[in-house]
Amino acid sequence: MSETILIDNPDRPVELTDALMDQAMAKYPFLVVDCWAPWCAPCKMLGPIIENLAKKNQGSIVFAKMDVDGNPQTASRFGIRSIPNLLVFKDGKKVGDIVGAMPEDILFQRINTFR
Amino acid sequence: MYDVIIIGGGPAGLTAGLYTSRSKLKSLLISSAFVPSMITTTDLLENYPGFPEGIGGFELVERFADQAKRFGLETMHDDVSSMERATVEGVDIWRVTTGSGVYDAYALIISSGTDYAHLNVPGESEFTGRGVSYCATCDGPFYKDARLVVVGGGDTAVQEAIYLTRFARSVTIIHRRDRLRATAILAERAGANEKIGFEWNAVVREISGDDAVKAVTITNVNNPEDEKTIPADGVFIFTGNIPKTDIFKGILDLDEKGFIIAKMDMSTSVDGVFACGDCIQKSLRQVVTACGDGANAANSAEGYINTIKGRTYTDWENRS
Repeated sequence: MSETILIDNPDRPVELTDALMDQAMAKYPFLVVDCWAPWCAPCKMLGPIIENLAKKNQGSIVFAKMDVDGNPQTASRFGIRSIPNLLVFKDGKKVGDIVGAMPEDILFQRINTFR
Repeated sequence: MYDVIIIGGGPAGLTAGLYTSRSKLKSLLISSAFVPSMITTTDLLENYPGFPEGIGGFELVERFADQAKRFGLETMHDDVSSMERATVEGVDIWRVTTGSGVYDAYALIISSGTDYAHLNVPGESEFTGRGVSYCATCDGPFYKDARLVVVGGGDTAVQEAIYLTRFARSVTIIHRRDRLRATAILAERAGANEKIGFEWNAVVREISGDDAVKAVTITNVNNPEDEKTIPADGVFIFTGNIPKTDIFKGILDLDEKGFIIAKMDMSTSVDGVFACGDCIQKSLRQVVTACGDGANAANSAEGYINTIKGRTYTDWENRS
């Protein structure tokens, strides 16, 4: 059985699935997961912002994306009831949620409050 | 240097951009990097002409954008922080500041639209994202078999309440009047929907819960002591829209609610600035009226630019 290996030090958001969540939480010391869905307009707006932040913060913050439409387990595991929703993990544990779309600089500030 | 800068990328702005581009005006449309056009979160529009089967809000705006770009409209995602007058080679122009830079144009078309209204009640901001939502298409799917409350009585509230019945066990519409404001056909569908119930003459006093929403307390508008607490897993708020015009305060005339005062030709209190769509004072805010405004604003902006460039075309205001 072949297993997806999560890459080290990504400069782009990592695609996650329900099956990869535990691996990602264990591997990346500071991880921000963008939970989105194809039906959600504000989620699409956040997309480019997450790409920018991933590039700018390579090495210190790992960003990931998860389509909750195809991955319902993670949504219910972490109590997601609203998207876009960023799940913030530090050292393998969830430390916060950031809900809703916002400008890149504000989002970055909010993420930093969990570091 | 642009001929025109359009602030806002919803139906009004994109229609304005379509028209200015076809008029071969050098046009830049700046649409917010994080605030979506309101209509893109509506699952189904059946009252925009040309779509007998209805169309999704997001898809419709994507089509508007594709069409405008086809004729050369330049677009960018950023947020405008200010606008001011400047002079370039002796000509008065408008200067717009965004996160990524400063842009100049002879004329501005403002189509900044609106944002969701809030109830401003206890529990609302605390539970946003954990039971309180302003976007049914974003969050509805997370409420399978839930008991939901929808606050509002207009087209959006009723359309989205009907949409939510796809997932929810029950949807209770809370409205401060004794009948819906929504278009008759929507009101009829809501009335006939078994999952939809109503609380009339009611307003929300408080939203409560623990780690997520558990209940909503409502009071009677005629008798505030008449109070009731309804168990709820989610509260969807559709009570109206507030204009996104803060940056124009002190520059353009706004009405007491913050909507831009525009004349029939979409001109504002200031030369060279035109406004269209939901952000202006008007009686009907729909995609179809926004588009009409956008074309009108583009036409007026073109007339203004021609004057500046010394190329006035007589009888411009009677164009067809």
